[in-house]
Amino acid sequence: MSISTLEIQPSHVEQEYRWTLNFGPQHPATHTTLRLILHIEGERVVDAVPDIGYLHSGFEKIGEHLNFNQYVTVTDRMNYISPMANNVAWHHACETLMGIDVPKRCQYIRTIITELARIGDHLLCNGAAALDTGAFTAFLYAFNQRELLYDIFETACGARFTNSYTRVGGLMYDVTPAFIEKVRSFVRTFPRVHADIVRLLNRNRIFVERTKGIGVLTKAEAINRGASGPIARASGVTRDLRKDEPYLTYADFDFNVCCSTVGDCFHRYLVRMDEIVESLKIVDQAIENLPPGPVNVPMGDRAVLPDKDLVYTTIEGLIAHFEMVMTNRGFHAPREECYAAIESPNGELGFYLVGDGSDIAYRARCRPPSYIHFSLFPHLIKGHTVSDIVAVLGSLNIIAAELDR
Amino acid sequence: MTDTPATLEKLTARFGERSWTFSESANSANRRIVVPSGQVFQFLEFLKTACGFDMLAELTCVDYLHFRGAADRFGLVYGLANTGTNERLIVRCFLNEPDLAVPSATPLWESANWFEREVFDMFGVVFQGHPDLRRILLPDEFEGHPLRKDYPLRGRGERHNFQRITREDS
Repeated sequence: MSISTLEIQPSHVEQEYRWTLNFGPQHPATHTTLRLILHIEGERVVDAVPDIGYLHSGFEKIGEHLNFNQYVTVTDRMNYISPMANNVAWHHACETLMGIDVPKRCQYIRTIITELARIGDHLLCNGAAALDTGAFTAFLYAFNQRELLYDIFETACGARFTNSYTRVGGLMYDVTPAFIEKVRSFVRTFPRVHADIVRLLNRNRIFVERTKGIGVLTKAEAINRGASGPIARASGVTRDLRKDEPYLTYADFDFNVCCSTVGDCFHRYLVRMDEIVESLKIVDQAIENLPPGPVNVPMGDRAVLPDKDLVYTTIEGLIAHFEMVMTNRGFHAPREECYAAIESPNGELGFYLVGDGSDIAYRARCRPPSYIHFSLFPHLIKGHTVSDIVAVLGSLNIIAAELDR
Repeated sequence: MTDTPATLEKLTARFGERSWTFSESANSANRRIVVPSGQVFQFLEFLKTACGFDMLAELTCVDYLHFRGAADRFGLVYGLANTGTNERLIVRCFLNEPDLAVPSATPLWESANWFEREVFDMFGVVFQGHPDLRRILLPDEFEGHPLRKDYPLRGRGERHNFQRITREDS
């Protein structure tokens, strides 16, 4: 933001009661690093100019220099609240580009971890939104459950926070019986905590009064401004890529798309709370019907490193492993371009990939939902008071690492 | 995804067959049309008003500098979506230096605002008629456009605008 744009506009000079307030980039309620320049009139926000880019670290440029399996570690750092969903989105796009169909078991496991990531993301978003608007206890309940989710992810892949669990054509490891047991126990115990959070917040007078009617987004505006995910659904857009463009195995499961027509902060919270229940239904169905079989595509497809048992005991396995790790002998992406998106917890998370025949993307564009949603912010906050800023920011679930990439 | 033939028929009726081409990506994942860069706004407007593409889900750019066999330097990507029928269409147009300007899509979709600012920031493509075309992710003093292929991964632009203070100066 240059100095010139920060100067008070001539019209503001005449009206001395209108002044400029800087919000962020280091402010507890922004959660991460973003900045707003507010023009306020008393308590009312007349205009807000977002200033972003503090966390820009050139992820898309890095994507042009790392191969399709290496880049998954960078996607972890985008939306670090639900890294599993980013991993799945990235390799979904890679596999769409290369035309790889992953085995059924892999699809089921990816579905389970994406839905668990969605539960974790919504818990954090709602917990933090409640924390900002004066309801501290719900935040602790939510974080306690996120701890269980971290344990589940740790059982699956060894990492709690930055998982990097997927690979082109499969997964890092198959899941163990311990993972299945932990997911089952989570599915059993979580509804009680969900009910507790709902009881703490749904009729909490302070929380309701601070969020109801604040930051209203109409359906037409939501579509025109490109909103997706829970924010669009809270405004009455019935778009959910899990239903509309079924990827992975979402067509196999019975679940509902949660919508509202009001579109304010409170209903964004309600939609997220209901989506958690639907995600839990999907996890329950998927874990009980987990098909047997391999998680990776067969060795002949030349997409994943073969199983270590094969490498150590058979000559074919050894050759396949050796070729996969050699430069110019591994997998190749076609000279083709494609856009593939999944319904991430925050909305449509898509990647536009250009392959040039090597195992490194020529262009790895990420379409981050937070970026679009933060551009809604000036529109949503206009006419509300300064204290509503945190309520609107909390309900949009802006993750600055994904916003700036 | 079923309505694309109807969209193509409408496009043929409006723009003729010569000026644009339709193709599918290798695994039928995407459907895309390539339009002339001078007419891109007319195509987008027609797709929005007559074909029901009410959402601009994606707008980005690709630099084809080192891409084998590429004829043009920059390719813009407009990812349109129809929230009613769940149809998607990718509109491509190609740009070459020195004329890196296309009309802005902000009059059609508000979401184009920040998308176009990012493309301007990273590639230097100018969107005519954009209400607020400033850099968005990088600071205003930044020189160059980092996602262009002639911009190195390391070694340029990192600290260029910080004044170097030596012991004598201080």
